Amino acid sequence: MNEILQYTLQGLAAGSFYALAALGLAIIFGVLGVVNFAHGACYMLGAVVAAVLQDLLGLNFWLALLVVPVVMFVFGVVIERLLVSRLIALDPLYNFLLTFGLTLLLVDLVKRQYGVSGLPYTRPDLLTGQITLGALRLPTYQVFVLAFSLLVCAAVWLLMTRTRIGMIVRASTEKSELTRALGVDVNRWVTPVFGFGIALAGLAGVLAAPFRAITADMGSSFIIILFAVVVIGGLGSIVGAVVAGFIVGLVEAFGQAYAPALSQIAIFVLMALVILVRPAGLFGREENA
Amino acid sequence: MLEVRGLDAFYGDAQALHGVDVTVAPGEVVTLVGRNGAGKTTLLRSVMGLHSDVRGTVTLDGEDITGLHPHQRARRGLGWVQDDRGIYASLSVEENLTLPPVTDPGSAWSLSQVYDAFPVLADRRRAPGTTLSGGEQQMLAVARVLRTGARMLLLDEPSEGLAPVIVQRIRDILLEVKARGTTVLLVEQNVKFAATVADRHYVLAEGSVAADLDNAEFTARQSELLEYLGI
Repeated sequence: MNEILQYTLQGLAAGSFYALAALGLAIIFGVLGVVNFAHGACYMLGAVVAAVLQDLLGLNFWLALLVVPVVMFVFGVVIERLLVSRLIALDPLYNFLLTFGLTLLLVDLVKRQYGVSGLPYTRPDLLTGQITLGALRLPTYQVFVLAFSLLVCAAVWLLMTRTRIGMIVRASTEKSELTRALGVDVNRWVTPVFGFGIALAGLAGVLAAPFRAITADMGSSFIIILFAVVVIGGLGSIVGAVVAGFIVGLVEAFGQAYAPALSQIAIFVLMALVILVRPAGLFGREENA
Repeated sequence: MLEVRGLDAFYGDAQALHGVDVTVAPGEVVTLVGRNGAGKTTLLRSVMGLHSDVRGTVTLDGEDITGLHPHQRARRGLGWVQDDRGIYASLSVEENLTLPPVTDPGSAWSLSQVYDAFPVLADRRRAPGTTLSGGEQQMLAVARVLRTGARMLLLDEPSEGLAPVIVQRIRDILLEVKARGTTVLLVEQNVKFAATVADRHYVLAEGSVAADLDNAEFTARQSELLEYLGI
């Protein structure tokens, strides 16, 4: 029982990273129609920027949670203005290729500058211990990651459901052409939305920095799982991205605990099953012409 | 009010419209009738700027809007109602109504006016838009553009797939819209419905205007047209 609870927490904590990053991926896809292959690299950059700022300026983890997403937002805005916007009128495949190329570029630039062995990161003391609940001992860090990402997801949900910007994002995610025909200047929101999505990936990276190896390649396997997450949740579905993120985290944690050899395969088996039963994903809507 | 001159429209190598000329005067209700594939919807989409592979000009109140984006055309007073009603599932009924920005505060319907005219929308204001019935969705789609203060409505088959009693309700709404001086260009397969709301009719055939009839001629030739349209 105790063991199961511990794996559940571990899974939800791992799922937190997927949920945050997938949220960004879903919002970008919804509004721009672009599948951002560079999302894993942006997650990696979030962790690297946190480590570099700690090294250079002594920026601690708590401040990094605020500063790095802002840095990544600006990075996203520059990438969108400089590159993505130039291809937006073409087949979405072009931007997919562009962001794939960006991934290779970013990974190699980080390797060139900081090597392959990984950057050190000083953990905040507050997060190193364990929380004892009766017989239960839970790693503080996992509890924090889960609580923090739930908070961020809730904030994004409020933004999506209670504000006009959120309404426009939902509308253009569902029916992009119609939304324009109704007089909404969707293009005005494209740049900030892209930056916001990248900021969420960066935030996931900062959260990972204290307890995962910060290497140039940390985003490479992450993006593959992230794609499974958005397929399971339904591409473009904001709720689906979050729920599927946590589901995949749980599958991964229990897989590693009980069938380590199968744990990665299990995620893709789940993905295949979802596609078979609901091709549009758990929370996706069938495309209507 | 609206002037379409020499409009050619293309889908890749295929040409869907050949030099179409259409004029709609202010306050007029004009229908586009024709068989499936005659180019009615393509013409309407081209007026809205949703079909961009075109040659020719579209003028609204003397301004050439041919090169404008759809949202810019909407802000100049075009109200778009597409054939599948275009109701958002992820938006509530009220959000569906308030999504499009008000373009002309003077003639825009307020939310309370909309709710007075369509009480069912008020009752269901918090429900997801697509939980409404087909007829209610059509009312929502029309109410949505009336709330912006659109001066000209572009409607694609407003009567399609609706029960006769609902079609009558839609007709009443259109007549009220017309009485308020709003201009309407609609695509319509239902010849009887068209004859009860419109002042003038363009018959399209194979991407060209085959006839331009006022409502009296149209009504007189109804049986001939029905046969021609194959309905």
